[in-house]
Amino acid sequence: MEYFAQQVFNGLTLGAIYALIALGYTMVYGIIGMINFAHGDIFMLGAFVALIVFLILVTLFYSVPAALALLVMVVVAMLLTSLWSWLIERIAYRPLRGSFRLAPLITAIGVSITLSNFVQVVQGPRNKPIPPMISQTYEVLGVVIALKQIVIICVTAVLLSIFWYLVNRTPLGRAQRACEQDPKMAAMLGIDVNRTISLTFIMGAALAAVAGTLFIMYYGVISFSSGFIPGVKAFTAAVLGGIGSIQGAVLGGLTIGLIEALWSAYFSVDYKDVAAFSILVVVLIFLPSGLLGKSEVEKV
Amino acid sequence: MRRRLIPTLAVAALAALGASAHAEILLGVGAPITGPNAAFGAQILRGAQQAADDINAAGGVNGEQLKIVVGDDVSDPKQGISVANKFVADGVQFVVGHYNSGVSIPVSEVLAENGVLEITPASTNPRYTERGLWNTFRMCGRDDQQGIVAGAYLTKNFKDAKIAIVHDKTPYGQGVADETKKALNGAGVHEVMYEGINPGDVDFSVLIAKMKDAGISVVYYGGLHTEAGLILRQLIDQGLKATVMSDDGTVSTEISSIAGDAIDGFTFTFPPDPRNRPAAKEVVETFRKAGFEPEAYTLYAYASVQVIAEAAKAAKSLDPATVAKEIKSHGVFHTVLGERTFNEKGDTTNPDYVVYRWKKGADGKYNYSQL
Repeated sequence: MEYFAQQVFNGLTLGAIYALIALGYTMVYGIIGMINFAHGDIFMLGAFVALIVFLILVTLFYSVPAALALLVMVVVAMLLTSLWSWLIERIAYRPLRGSFRLAPLITAIGVSITLSNFVQVVQGPRNKPIPPMISQTYEVLGVVIALKQIVIICVTAVLLSIFWYLVNRTPLGRAQRACEQDPKMAAMLGIDVNRTISLTFIMGAALAAVAGTLFIMYYGVISFSSGFIPGVKAFTAAVLGGIGSIQGAVLGGLTIGLIEALWSAYFSVDYKDVAAFSILVVVLIFLPSGLLGKSEVEKV
Repeated sequence: MRRRLIPTLAVAALAALGASAHAEILLGVGAPITGPNAAFGAQILRGAQQAADDINAAGGVNGEQLKIVVGDDVSDPKQGISVANKFVADGVQFVVGHYNSGVSIPVSEVLAENGVLEITPASTNPRYTERGLWNTFRMCGRDDQQGIVAGAYLTKNFKDAKIAIVHDKTPYGQGVADETKKALNGAGVHEVMYEGINPGDVDFSVLIAKMKDAGISVVYYGGLHTEAGLILRQLIDQGLKATVMSDDGTVSTEISSIAGDAIDGFTFTFPPDPRNRPAAKEVVETFRKAGFEPEAYTLYAYASVQVIAEAAKAAKSLDPATVAKEIKSHGVFHTVLGERTFNEKGDTTNPDYVVYRWKKGADGKYNYSQL
């Protein structure tokens, strides 16, 4: 039982990071119907910004309280990564908005390659480590819980509540939902569609930056290629949960994390990715629009 | 008259080019110059470059100068094949490389077909020299030799402990892990857990929780330093105190920056530090003067170039096939690693692995030393 609880907890931590990244995929898809394949690299960029901020802090002040350092890292990473994402949307995606459906998709792949190669060139190809920042662990009823796992789960929960509120209860969220349903009609009713789309990209990137900061705090290494695997997993999570649905992305992220953890716990670690993707296939056969997705109505 | 002069000049220029190309022996260095193992790629390249410079300064090989051609394999077999094809196209006849066994093995087949000799300073998978190819040589030891030493160490110190064997599913990582397992099982010690992970994975919390549940106190990991460092770090996070032992793929100071304090007590097998050998004294000083610490495979790459040069001189030939025969029958080579001889397969007959451990030094920094 303790073993089961331990593995569920490990799976939830992993799932929380996937969920944060998955939100970016799902929000962008919801509003412009495009898969932003560069999102995994935006996440990697966020982690690099956090790393650089950490190194600057340590050089300037020698020793910084971990909580303060994390706060500064998260804030700077969110700001800079949002700026990147805004620029990318402005330069690479907006000019193609009226084009055929595949054009922005291919551009997104191009942006993804550009970002990872850019980081490889400016930061070098090697793994960048940071020393462990928080190393306390607690033992509750036989389950070992690291403080950083608690931080990850709490930060994710708080952020998700804030975003749920933003999308469902504020004028910005209303504008987003309106653009999602019918951009032309929304524009006629006085909503600045371009601004709303930019804001969606910024929100997705900010969440990815938080995920990046948590990632580097938890695992302690980052390299230019680190965005790929979490990006693919988070995309899978978004599809599993029902792409376009915010609750779905969270549910999908947690599900993928749990499947990986529990499969490795009771079967072989070798096949954990196979297990996660097999479940994705099974779910999509029976629920083609994902766990919480609504089936798409053909717009005439 | 003017019309005739131009083709004549062109012919003369071509002849001059041909002559200058002929006075150089192209030596390919195939290694991961970028990618996760770039640290090792740099060691191999620096080692080979220094050896070529020293040999050239002493008059070259059979009157010709060695020229290094670099090929970056990024630790990827596909990339390695294209590097090999490029070497062949460039007219390279001798290759020092590669680093990963998974790259060296397919590459050697391309090189064998095209008459190029390959000597690896670092690939330890036995299959590299076990396929009967004429062109494969190895400066380092083999996994089975490494596995015997690791197995004997674990048997001696942790006979009754619960042991987990983990590998990264690559020919190298799984190769060493399996040889260690064989040695352990042969001594009557049986592992409790045997698992493979994906190279590039960062989350090992689930694997570690599994080990904890099984009461594991000793972990043998077959693989490279990035994953080994992360496993060490996450063991502490999950509150599992276990002795971790690994292989020569983890020899890099980078592992201590990944693992932090968790590096304390980490054990691995590696040949006795070649930097301490009397034959290497002068070369090591040259490296240090240039600001490069000749860690790990640097001197193996240096010795690889020396073997090629010495065999070519003895055979009075630059034909790779003749040089290959000479290396096998030459007897003793005097290299920076000390005296080395090669057997029919192309393995050195004097490989030696010893056990090292990471410890905190008097200066508060972690470093590894031979047990």
